[in-house]
Amino acid sequence: MSIEVAVTLTVNGERVSRRVEARRHLVDFLRLDLGLMGSHAGCEHGICGACTVRVDGAIVRGCLVLAAALDGAEVETIEGLSDTGEIRDLQEAFVARNAAQCGYCTPGMLLTAADLLETNPRPTREEIREHLAGNYCRCTGYHAIIDAVETVAKARNGRA
Amino acid sequence: MKAAPFRYVRATSLAEAFRLWSHGGPEARLLAGGQSLLASLAFRLSEPSALIDISRVRELAGISQAGEAVRVGAGVTHAELGRNDLVRRHLPLLAEAVPLIAHPAIRNRGTVGGSLAYADPAAELPACAVALEAVVIARSAEAERRIPAARFFTGLYSTALQPDELIAAIEFPIARAGERSTILELARRSGDYAIAGVAARVKIAGSALIDPRFVFFGVGDRPVVAERAMAAIAGKQVLAETVAAAQAALGTELHPTADQHGSPEVRRHHARVLLGRALKRMAGLEEARAA
Repeated sequence: MSIEVAVTLTVNGERVSRRVEARRHLVDFLRLDLGLMGSHAGCEHGICGACTVRVDGAIVRGCLVLAAALDGAEVETIEGLSDTGEIRDLQEAFVARNAAQCGYCTPGMLLTAADLLETNPRPTREEIREHLAGNYCRCTGYHAIIDAVETVAKARNGRA
Repeated sequence: MKAAPFRYVRATSLAEAFRLWSHGGPEARLLAGGQSLLASLAFRLSEPSALIDISRVRELAGISQAGEAVRVGAGVTHAELGRNDLVRRHLPLLAEAVPLIAHPAIRNRGTVGGSLAYADPAAELPACAVALEAVVIARSAEAERRIPAARFFTGLYSTALQPDELIAAIEFPIARAGERSTILELARRSGDYAIAGVAARVKIAGSALIDPRFVFFGVGDRPVVAERAMAAIAGKQVLAETVAAAQAALGTELHPTADQHGSPEVRRHHARVLLGRALKRMAGLEEARAA
């Protein structure tokens, strides 16, 4: 039994129409149907955060959202945020601080960090830790990641 | 893992939701935020024939004042709950609870109604609903009924909802003048389900503790109203003897099971420590926030 649903949504500014299997989650839709491999499928049950993407401006777990439910939605992924330059400073700080080791968690970390800096432009280290607590880094490079986010927050506030 | 195949339909009104549900057969399930359901489908813990998406049902949206209560639509997300002005002004316990619920990306989709209907005994909102003496408004295609939160949770992942009922809204009574409240929990990672937690409120008159209400989560098969501990606190002042008496009473009424987080006695210990911290925090004798 394979039951398909027609959806039309916007992905990184481009309108996309597809028929998807009802059980297809957003990350598989992005990776397998659209070829956008930047969002990673990790645990596939909402624990690890590697699949974090934006839906209608808010970060979500891509593995806990059905593509079928997103008719009319606006989805943004690491590819889109990279192309627009919106998070260039975060990406550069991650490189400068060596905050990406294997890199598997990095797209989700960047999306979550961007979300934090949008809602809380002057976070403390504790607030950075708290906001990123739902994103696992199994290389355990957390200090470097928090350093990178803190650096960008200070730079954006002219305190670099 | 991937979920087993299922059909998907979306409702935009309650009438449509009930019609689709009745046509979906006994194996059809409602999908709201999906933050617990989709994870359980990925594990193939259940294999529904169809999901009926109620996340865009307009009657389930919104937060409004309803007399002496704030009515929260079942479809309101945790993130919406946390930033709502009525909630911040009148339901400080809920505003304090929201940051403890999972992580930002999950709070953006998970719903208040979904959390109550799922009835995880370690979740924050069921305990808050019982602590605040909220009323769950259940709807079927034909009728609506009001279920006090204390009677809504009937066991592990079990509620008083009938198979043809959904949660339409929850009414939380507005905090009274002089009332204090707090929520504390112990978790391995910030945002994880609690190993032990407490949602509490009390009225402070002079220095006396009036009408205390302490509801523990993560230490039973449902939110546990700590009747004996509450009796030990009622009318007393926040003194070391009061805290000790309440903690001793609590130890006789909690019956947690052993699991990977510890033995029953370890978990009772966590609960006793949280009780003391909650009492002191509400009395303004702040102790360090629970780890």
